[in-house]
Amino acid sequence: MGAIEKFQEVLATRHQYAQDWKKKHNGKVIGWLCSYSPVEIMYASGMLPVRILGSHEVQDVTDRYLFPTVCPFSRDALAQGLKGRYNYLDGITMARTCSHVQGTYDNWKNYVPTPFKYYIWQPNHVQSPRAIPLMVREYKGFIAALEKFTGKKITDEALNKAIELYNKNRRLMKQVYEFRKQEVPPITGAECMEMVVASQLMDLAEHNKLLEELLKELPNRKLDRNHGLRLMMIGSEMDDIVFVRMMEELGCTVVIDEHCTGSRYFWDEVKLEKDPLTDIAARYVNRWVCPAVSAEFKPRFDRVLEHAKNWKVQGALVYQQKFCDPHEFDIPHLIKMFKENNIPTLVLEFDVTIPFGQFRTRIEAFLEMLELELV
Amino acid sequence: MTTGTKYKTAPLKCWQKGKELRLEAYRDLATGHEQGKLLVLGCAATPYGMLAGLGDFVFLAGEPYGASVAADPPVSIPAMETYEAKGYARDMCGYMRNFLGTMFQDKYYFTGGPFPKFDFAWSVRHCPAGHPKWHQIVSEYQGIPMNYIDDETMLAIDGDQEARIEYVAGQYLDSIEWMEKITKRKYDDEKGIEAMRNYFINEALWGEINLLNGAIPAPIDIKSMFALMPISMLRRHEKVAIEFLTELRDELKDRIGSNIAAVPNERYRMCMLTPPPWSFLKVFRYLENFGVVFVGTYVYLINSGEVKFLYDEGKVVPATPPEKRPGWKTMKNREDLCRTVARWRAEHPFQSHLDTRKKEYVIMFKHWKANAYLLLINRGCVPMTTSMYDFQRDLNKQGIPTAMFEGNFADCRDIDETGVLDRLETFLEGQGIQKIQEI
Ligand code: SF4
Ligand code: SF4
Repeated sequence: MGAIEKFQEVLATRHQYAQDWKKKHNGKVIGWLCSYSPVEIMYASGMLPVRILGSHEVQDVTDRYLFPTVCPFSRDALAQGLKGRYNYLDGITMARTCSHVQGTYDNWKNYVPTPFKYYIWQPNHVQSPRAIPLMVREYKGFIAALEKFTGKKITDEALNKAIELYNKNRRLMKQVYEFRKQEVPPITGAECMEMVVASQLMDLAEHNKLLEELLKELPNRKLDRNHGLRLMMIGSEMDDIVFVRMMEELGCTVVIDEHCTGSRYFWDEVKLEKDPLTDIAARYVNRWVCPAVSAEFKPRFDRVLEHAKNWKVQGALVYQQKFCDPHEFDIPHLIKMFKENNIPTLVLEFDVTIPFGQFRTRIEAFLEMLELELV
Repeated sequence: MTTGTKYKTAPLKCWQKGKELRLEAYRDLATGHEQGKLLVLGCAATPYGMLAGLGDFVFLAGEPYGASVAADPPVSIPAMETYEAKGYARDMCGYMRNFLGTMFQDKYYFTGGPFPKFDFAWSVRHCPAGHPKWHQIVSEYQGIPMNYIDDETMLAIDGDQEARIEYVAGQYLDSIEWMEKITKRKYDDEKGIEAMRNYFINEALWGEINLLNGAIPAPIDIKSMFALMPISMLRRHEKVAIEFLTELRDELKDRIGSNIAAVPNERYRMCMLTPPPWSFLKVFRYLENFGVVFVGTYVYLINSGEVKFLYDEGKVVPATPPEKRPGWKTMKNREDLCRTVARWRAEHPFQSHLDTRKKEYVIMFKHWKANAYLLLINRGCVPMTTSMYDFQRDLNKQGIPTAMFEGNFADCRDIDETGVLDRLETFLEGQGIQKIQEI
């Protein structure tokens, strides 16, 4: 089984993977809800950090917990907890970002029987010089709670090891992303998404090995498909791989992305400058910013544009989870920025399940329009 | 609850004065620059008294302004359509949509003249779906600087509260330097401290006024409170607000002493957790036909007002200004000011965690001697609605009846008035409350 197939398998059997890991390592598993959650610290505690994701099935179990205009991702994630699919979790955590996923955490805390629960008060004024010192103190509280729960001390050595592991993972994934710059990319956007989502679910020691295999395979990998137009996918949380696959079958390749199950999640490494905790804090404060914590367009948009140019995109799919206000604020401004740079955009709004036929038609029309523009 | 008592009633004596003070504040925004005042935009929970250190200023809290526009559908609808035509989504903060709509139209609601051009935006951020993102759009559009204080400590339950107070105080200190830089004015610590002292007193007064509605019959109805609230919301830093709110409080005490009711047929008392649907305030008058009086809403007890909850005793009492509390320092310089404001905010019920808030809702229900809560599933505000079902479950568990309806508090196109009334009538019938025929 190749690396990509293994990523696909983990995605399809994510709950089994985590439970097998528990057995094999006689360890504990901790779920996290937002990409600002410091996975390095969780890993250093000896626990397996896994991102809590939805299942893209129609559900009504959250109707008495979250009101209908909470984003579908947050509702779907909570549904998994309420349905007992994450009952194997020993802990759950979330770093403060957005009110929608906050609702998921609050309800999970009260209604899903996960033994360890810890809320990290992530400073949301990331431009303030006060943010990193606070982050360090918040992490100290998290570490103390984890130590109490696991009975295991989180040493600087363990933190350094976790940093090394995660940084390596980030570097390797960026190397994979470099291959997407090729005129005929040897990897599709859907496969890349599978790789990144798998990194949020797997033990990175294992994920890194698979990435190394993949990097050996990619130089000679030829895909039997029409790579078509080069697109960027940009928006909020996105793990609807079925959708990306469908889209890429219509004559395009997603060559770069900007969302929290893609580049925005892993792009920035922990820079080794001070002590491990301060370095981790600096990483999360200074990372590729999510609109939920930033009140400035520029830091995000500059990076988006740089990536769009470096990966030579011909069009951008701006998508959003329905009712996701943090991203909705940015969308008109993003569209304007893309327009000024001659990059056409298509905006799609996602729900727990999506109208495939309708989306297909809109994407086809968009791709046709792009082709006409390129003639 | 269902007695046929008919109380005497009388208009509020200070009503006219309140109306003038409210309009004066809004008018000042149109003429502030001519008077050499700074015009500053922020959210209603911002401790804007601190701005006094820079000299005279007018502060526009975006939410009450948005609510005023929303309450006037012929103005609100075209404003929201203008906002939507710019590509912004319909499901974002309802207040913001009304605010931005009139800004894009360049029409200031209270005068019909041009929309104010702010000197800068400065605000606390306790809503990731609103405040700084909202001001970000204004800042881009008007080309003005913006800054904000991240102080949403209400969400924190785990960890080091002192660290957060230091973080918030530090941001205040930094923002004073920032304001000096952008306005080229020197910050006068004394003036900032003085205005914040007024601010604390006004918050305590507004809280106390809300508590007076625990009397039967209620001396003031919720609609009148909404009309007078902008004084405590927009002029909290001024002595004139202290004078007015003191007068109002004393008048309410007199009314209680003389058994003067806001609603003569009072026989069923309801309270709320959130703001009302602003375009549909007539719902309160309509329900008076059933003898229903709305005695208060939790949100405005703790937003622009302050009270002290005694959790162990299950009681609520008026708040004391921070410097008078045991263990608090007298403010002498800007460091003290920033620290006091940060700590005061962190300990303010505005910042209560939702688990604590559930206790406060029950305490208020008992204090207001209410019969039921009216809950709004508000499609115009995520933070205030996210936990509403959880709150409802908890209230019901404590034996507190709740009526719930869904709609947008600031978009008249997104509320089904007939449906809401039907729902409420059915609820009241279930509670044994019928329409009083003679009204
Ligand atoms: S940022 Fe958007 S997608 Fe993410 S949790 Fe918030 S509302 Fe949902
Ligand atoms: S809390 Fe609600 S009303 Fe206030 S700014 Fe946020 S979304 Fe708007």
